[in-house]
Amino acid sequence: MSFSDPNETFRQEARELLEQLELGLLDLEQNPGNDDLVNSTFRALHTIKGSGAMFGFTAVAAFVHEFETAFDQVRKGQSSATPALIAVALDAKDHIHKLIEQPDQTHAGGDAILDALRATIAGTSATAEIPEAPAPEAPAAASQPSAAEGRWRIRFRLPADALVYGTNPLLLLDEIKAIGPCTIKALTDTIPGLDVIDPEVPYLGWQVDLVSADPREAIDDVFLFLKDGMELSVEPLLDEPGQVAATPVSAPAIAAPEAAAQRPEPAMPAPAQAAPVHAKAKPTKTAEPDGASGSDRPASSSMRVDAERLDELMDRVGELVIAQARLTQIANMSSDGNLKTIAEELERLSSGLRDTTMGIRMVPIGTLFSRFRRLVHDLSRDLGKEIEFITTGEDTELDKTMIERLADPLVHLIRNSVDHGLESADKRLAAGKPAQGTVRLSAVYAGAEVAISVTDDGAGLNAERIRAKAEEAGLLAPDAKIADQDLWQMIFAPGFSTAKEVTSLSGRGVGMDVVKRTIDGLRGSIDVATTPGQGSSMTLRLPLTLAIIDGMLVRVGNGRFTIPLAAVEECVELPEGIEANARGRNFLDIRGSLVPFLRLREVFGTTAPADPHQKVVIVSSGEGRVGLVVDQIIGNNQTVIKQLSKLHSSIKSFSGATILGDGTVALILDTSHLVAFGQGYVDQGRAA
Amino acid sequence: MSSIQTGSMKALTLRLQDELFAVEAENVREILDLVPITEVPNASPFVSGLINVRGRVVPLADLRVMFGMDRPEPDQDTRIVVMEVTIDGEPTVAGILADKVHDVTDIEAASIEDAPKVGMRWRPEFIRGIGKRNGGFIIIPNLGKIFETQGGRSPSSAASEERSAS
Repeated sequence: MSFSDPNETFRQEARELLEQLELGLLDLEQNPGNDDLVNSTFRALHTIKGSGAMFGFTAVAAFVHEFETAFDQVRKGQSSATPALIAVALDAKDHIHKLIEQPDQTHAGGDAILDALRATIAGTSATAEIPEAPAPEAPAAASQPSAAEGRWRIRFRLPADALVYGTNPLLLLDEIKAIGPCTIKALTDTIPGLDVIDPEVPYLGWQVDLVSADPREAIDDVFLFLKDGMELSVEPLLDEPGQVAATPVSAPAIAAPEAAAQRPEPAMPAPAQAAPVHAKAKPTKTAEPDGASGSDRPASSSMRVDAERLDELMDRVGELVIAQARLTQIANMSSDGNLKTIAEELERLSSGLRDTTMGIRMVPIGTLFSRFRRLVHDLSRDLGKEIEFITTGEDTELDKTMIERLADPLVHLIRNSVDHGLESADKRLAAGKPAQGTVRLSAVYAGAEVAISVTDDGAGLNAERIRAKAEEAGLLAPDAKIADQDLWQMIFAPGFSTAKEVTSLSGRGVGMDVVKRTIDGLRGSIDVATTPGQGSSMTLRLPLTLAIIDGMLVRVGNGRFTIPLAAVEECVELPEGIEANARGRNFLDIRGSLVPFLRLREVFGTTAPADPHQKVVIVSSGEGRVGLVVDQIIGNNQTVIKQLSKLHSSIKSFSGATILGDGTVALILDTSHLVAFGQGYVDQGRAA
Repeated sequence: MSSIQTGSMKALTLRLQDELFAVEAENVREILDLVPITEVPNASPFVSGLINVRGRVVPLADLRVMFGMDRPEPDQDTRIVVMEVTIDGEPTVAGILADKVHDVTDIEAASIEDAPKVGMRWRPEFIRGIGKRNGGFIIIPNLGKIFETQGGRSPSSAASEERSAS
């Protein structure tokens, strides 16, 4: 495992860059004029090209190079980011993805995409240029040097360790030569005496006077992978002698005659591009070209870790928490002050360690949400429906493994909303709704859970059609009575689909049952809400974490149970009078609202005598609340969740077990299951 | 089965009520004195408890339930045999309650007979074979089958069984 494959490293990096690229393109579609977006997109492309070539992904590098060249027109403002262009660019991005993931296979279609890209860009640039076109061959003009912008003085010194890391200054100089004709001068002023010279240190500096029409970025590109620690200055070389003399080193102007000789027809006018390039060239000083730095910097402060190692760390922390709980218990029984102090300190440390470890595993769900923008974009194009896609709660954090496993279910739900939920524009207008449909993806914390909803303002679920379909599939007996909520759950049955025709996207009846299974596997649930004509909403409820939680320890009879603290709203005493009512009317009046309660003694069939003063722990899950009647509230503890074996997986009241400080096992109550159970009481109460 | 038919089987012998049982020794992880048992409400009596085995939560099975035996309270001879069993293809660690644990012994394959199809109090699929030693019988239970039956049980039947039993 410890062997790291450089190709894999490149792939990982490229995946991130491609994601960045995709987001940039999608943002660009919305703000076509935004230079920052254009630049960040370009940067992502450029880095992929650079590292692709470095790691031997030549096909990738070649393709991206063409892509980049075409996209350069957009960056220069000669072409605008039209939706058509974005669509082709996204195809190109997908192609790069294929090239990177399966480098051994040949992927046809690359040329077609590039042709389409060039054609699209030519299309937009042609129209853009007409008003300001004294030079109709503007793209070609880019390769011709022009006096005003074409001369540069580059001075650079490599960092002391550059040779050790394999940098060859001669190659750099060759690259500069490739940009345009130049004169190169070695700066020998810093070479020390022979007695102290270190053969591995590059003492020489270089000064290059270059004639080139390529913008300054071409020069920066040469040094793209070196810029840390090196001295680099790039200045435009102007004709005024004062300017040349002003450069700090006593450099005789060798460049002048040659540059002059190289300069062809004076001042071929290309005002359209001269202006922006020139503006960029002015503020030039050292290292860090304002180019690639932004995307590189965060990488240095984070590192990749194998998910397995994180799991292992989590297990160890779990063991530590259990051992610490035992120590605390022993310390509490002892009269030794020192022992108590250290036990308390250890408790504080281990809970801090626990939070940090869990924090490492928590990832904001926004990373997942952003992937769906592309999905909606493509769906919108393929189905010809105009869609506004709104996401909220991106910073809601969930365990990393959970987020990974949520991707597929959410894809299915979003597809369903777009394909089945949203009507066509004509139908929407006829129903008095705006032609543009809306799909919302949101995440919020709800008690010990996270609720993730996909909501659309489409037609809503069609009860009759679902019913007919369920009967046809034999899932429901004809004229059986069924609550709406249960009817909606039918759509998650395997093989169920109400789409009249199968589209390429959905309607095959696979998908929704997969969604259901995945969510069940994560100990979550799916709520369906719908209003005919107004739209529908699917809400996934998921536990925050699968590892360690804060718990409240309670006693029921002789058994001890843990309730996830995040689900606990409050604790009250059970009023004595209510005892007499016993069965049937199990409701509490909590500040004016009716809360059903469950006697856990009854639910668990406890035979031990009840305590005289029973307590009620009010827990919530989503909208629902339920009171759990217990004999005693023992206190709070850190709870390491252990999964129950298959032998007990059929018992739904418990989500797992944990080991207490004294070494015994306590079961963890599944609050959302109990709340649902309690809500059944409410419904019965209403019906009566 | 094959391991029984060829050569001999290294087995741990244990007593459940009046019967001697043998389980394959290589699947036994450890033998524990009685530890605190946490009851799982609404679980079937066969796996009604959980125990802590070195920081792991392990289900505790009572084979006496499956063989229709009396279940007196544990005494000083009671032990827990921690074993690896396969449930629905997944290796699982489970504890088995034993009234007494005897020794590890070799059971000659030749002495093992198939369980008789008739004239037996127990469900035949729960028994892999019956061996002989010192003139007495040793029952070799089919643990895979016993646990599988349990795992595949629907929640409603497990719950109703609990109610009728309590």
